[in-house]
Amino acid sequence: MEKIKVKIDNHTLEVEKGTSILNAAKAAGIYIPTLCHMEMKDIGIDHKPGGCRICSVEVSGRRNLAPACATETADGMEVNTHSMRVINARRTIMEFILSDHPKDCLICPKSGDCDLQNMAIKLGIRQIPGQEFAAMSTYKTDESPSIIRDLDKCIMCRRCETMCNDLQTVGALSAFNRGFMSAVGPAFQMDIEDSPCTFCGQCVAVCPTGALTEHDHTRDVINALANPKKTVIVQTAPAVRAALGEEFGMPAGTLVTGQMVTALRELGFHYIFDTDFAADLTIMEEGTEFLDRLTKFLNGDKEVKMPILTSCCPAWVNFFEHNFPEMKDIPSTARSPQQMFGSIAKTYFADKINVKREDLVVVSIMPCLAKKYEAQRDEFKVNGNPDVDIVLSTRELARLIKQANLNLANLPESDFDHPLGESTGAAVIFGVTGGVIEAATRTAYEIYTGKSLPRISFDQLRGFEGIRAASVDLNGFELKIGIAHGLGNARKLLEDIKAGRSEFHAIEIMSCPGGCIGGGGQPLHHNNTDILKARIQAIYSEDDKKVIRKSHENPYIIKLYEEFLGKPLSHKSHELLHTNYFDRSSKIEIS
Amino acid sequence: MSRIKVKLKEKDVLKLKEICKEFNNEPGELINVLHRSQEHFGYLPAEIQEVVAQELNISLAKVYGVVTFYSFFTMVPKGKHPISICTGTACYVRGAENVLHEFKKQLKIEVGQTTGDGKFSLSCLRCVGACGLAPVVMIGEKTYGRVSPDGVADILKEYAE
Repeated sequence: MEKIKVKIDNHTLEVEKGTSILNAAKAAGIYIPTLCHMEMKDIGIDHKPGGCRICSVEVSGRRNLAPACATETADGMEVNTHSMRVINARRTIMEFILSDHPKDCLICPKSGDCDLQNMAIKLGIRQIPGQEFAAMSTYKTDESPSIIRDLDKCIMCRRCETMCNDLQTVGALSAFNRGFMSAVGPAFQMDIEDSPCTFCGQCVAVCPTGALTEHDHTRDVINALANPKKTVIVQTAPAVRAALGEEFGMPAGTLVTGQMVTALRELGFHYIFDTDFAADLTIMEEGTEFLDRLTKFLNGDKEVKMPILTSCCPAWVNFFEHNFPEMKDIPSTARSPQQMFGSIAKTYFADKINVKREDLVVVSIMPCLAKKYEAQRDEFKVNGNPDVDIVLSTRELARLIKQANLNLANLPESDFDHPLGESTGAAVIFGVTGGVIEAATRTAYEIYTGKSLPRISFDQLRGFEGIRAASVDLNGFELKIGIAHGLGNARKLLEDIKAGRSEFHAIEIMSCPGGCIGGGGQPLHHNNTDILKARIQAIYSEDDKKVIRKSHENPYIIKLYEEFLGKPLSHKSHELLHTNYFDRSSKIEIS
Repeated sequence: MSRIKVKLKEKDVLKLKEICKEFNNEPGELINVLHRSQEHFGYLPAEIQEVVAQELNISLAKVYGVVTFYSFFTMVPKGKHPISICTGTACYVRGAENVLHEFKKQLKIEVGQTTGDGKFSLSCLRCVGACGLAPVVMIGEKTYGRVSPDGVADILKEYAE
């Protein structure tokens, strides 16, 4: 690679040809402020529209200021990142951006974690001249069960558009209109719920302002906990424990499982359970379904569909219902762990503690915004009463803990309650890409071969590549496994299946980069994928620490089948733990 | 997409498919396809955008984004007599804004809209190259020069049937 010499402020340095001024400066320890720019090379995102101009710098010999994100360095280039001209220009640009931005920061859901607010602080903005001339847009706030869109707060950075179209290939969002009225949204400004949106929440994860936020349900939880007639139980998804600490100033990758359980107990939940228990249950059902299909397939049954696809991820379910309805009989019929938990809690557990279904409130803590949508699907309700009543994201749980004046870092550790709080290492790794299929393989291997695993971890299934392929030896049979995270990658694997090119027997799909640890409800990573990798390490370390690491060895799962379900894929299992999918694609009607 | 139900006549769908085919169903030809579609149908309602999106394999949101970005494209059908008011520099300084205001008042519509009876639609354009006649108004192919707000009623009367 050709090297060139550049001078940035007072640093002379050598960089690779083609490096942007922004990245060259970073190498010299100079952080040029940015707003619309978003670079996440690990997941193939390099969004530099040069639209906001906050990163403007002075390049000697050029008449105009240059956007550092979208300007390549050249040999001998001299750059000044903080001349008085630059400082003045940056302030003017910021004043323009703020001129038609609402000023209700005090009550904005993004306050305190807002890139725009932080930029205003950094640039020392104290007044906004010219706002009387700005035409403030007045879009209707769009409230879906998962995502809330307040377009008056949109600054047209178009990061959400890049995530929705390039990473996820969902295509729900696009910029529309011009000038002050420009914003990003679905076609015909329809509500997001009527669009092909999957509620993956990756748009929310990168929005620099309060334009895209989660639908906050913390008040519903407080009201339930304050109601003496209700028994309120909570389940926590595996990815939450690997990220919650970040909201309390702990470094990324800090595991806070024990402190989180204590915090939930302090908040007044009657039973603190673990979605991991339901993840073990998922493996029993999905793994058995897989072995069943595989055996039929190997016996030459032409009817059986291969490969089997995982069905834990609710955004992924929405995605194939919208985009590949003709393939809706390929994914496993197993419900997601969240829904399996809800369904077992409101039958088996409600009976055990002698509480009526209506008086039991099931709360989920999820890294995910699509889970909010999933919980209110009609097929997961009994006489209108949902299996899971309220879903909070990791961010909302942090808010709740802070409102209760608790500091997570200072809390002692404690354990989940029984019986729905016991889990194995296999369940914990559901939170990372490759984890569900690794957990399934641990169990499928032992059931299929009748042998105990020589080494429990499957390193070939781990990693951060968007699409991965691996094979596992099952007594001489080569089991071929595919893994995709990010819906754009999932789409590629689905196109392969559709075209008959797929060689896989089983495929795991997660909608978010890195799996659930990168979910749309997690603490904001501010475009730093190292944070996602640190969370992945945290999850694997929890698996390593577990005494039991295979789902079929979870004693409480064994007991659940003995006392209640019978065996995997039994009639009762089908009724409570499996589901079916719907065609949600658009059709052109001809009159 | 789930709740948009598209209702087009079969021959309209065939025509749209034919237009897309002319441009090899190339996503990069979106603007040309929209031009040709608007030429044929007069405007670009949601149903048409839906077909174009499917044929070119572009998201519906993107198609809508392009339609709303360029002022040439319209999602409302033009009136029988489309009124265009020049708001270019010369016409503007000679009082085009007051003329525009008068048209809005008399027709009770905003720029980009069409009257309920489908007779008139209102739009603005920038310079028709007749600055000597400023302010200029065009109705269909006919040009009116040195229009004043007081003259608007008389002009509209010409189109009363």
